[in-house]
Amino acid sequence: MKAIDQVTVTFTSRSANEGFARAAAACFAAQLDPTLDEVADIKTAVSEAVTNAIVHAYPDCLGKIVMRLRIFDGGVLEIQVKDSGVGIPDVDKARTPLYTTGGEERSGMGFTIMESFMDGLRVRSQPDKGTTVTMRKRIARRAGSSQ
Amino acid sequence: MPITVTSRDSALTIALSGEIDHHGAREMMTQLDDAIATRLPARLVLDLSGVTFMDSSGIAVLLRALRQEQQIGGSLRMTNIPTQARRVLDAAGVGRLITLD
Repeated sequence: MKAIDQVTVTFTSRSANEGFARAAAACFAAQLDPTLDEVADIKTAVSEAVTNAIVHAYPDCLGKIVMRLRIFDGGVLEIQVKDSGVGIPDVDKARTPLYTTGGEERSGMGFTIMESFMDGLRVRSQPDKGTTVTMRKRIARRAGSSQ
Repeated sequence: MPITVTSRDSALTIALSGEIDHHGAREMMTQLDDAIATRLPARLVLDLSGVTFMDSSGIAVLLRALRQEQQIGGSLRMTNIPTQARRVLDAAGVGRLITLD
């Protein structure tokens, strides 16, 4: 399936960029005329994916995070967050609610929130190569929309 | 200053504000730690009306405050929860642990 629009942003794994990534994804999705709740869902899911990359992919250094945003026919928004960090040894375990290796500052609910706020979530990871999180959400066309 | 503290009788109300993500969570945790350790409130109310965004980092902040209240035999409830934060709390099942008004 061919994307009808796409944007790719690359940023350093600094926590200050969490807010930037949320805002960038929300701005790109605006062309689909999402509801306020849908915008909030997108921002929340992006925040979780990017925070995971910042905290877990590059625990002792700064690295590169690539966020690719695409739109497909039918109002489908795809958000891909890719890092070249340490990778996740056991993706199924990492996706378990409350599981975290991040200590008291993390809740272990990141993947659970991504799953509940988006329509689809795929996580691919290779130790020492990096992790790619791909999420999709369909934004329903609203009455009177010119989309 | 992401937190504002007010007290009445035995209840301590702490208003949280701004975006509670991983970037801002540590400072908020430190400020909450200090407020709880100093006042030892029997009842702690967290007012979320000023929270413009919250993700799972915020849940870690709230669960830490809950543990601290439990350690001193106090209680915790949350009030004025904006829609976006409410959806995050619901998705994580936080309502089973903390009273959400």
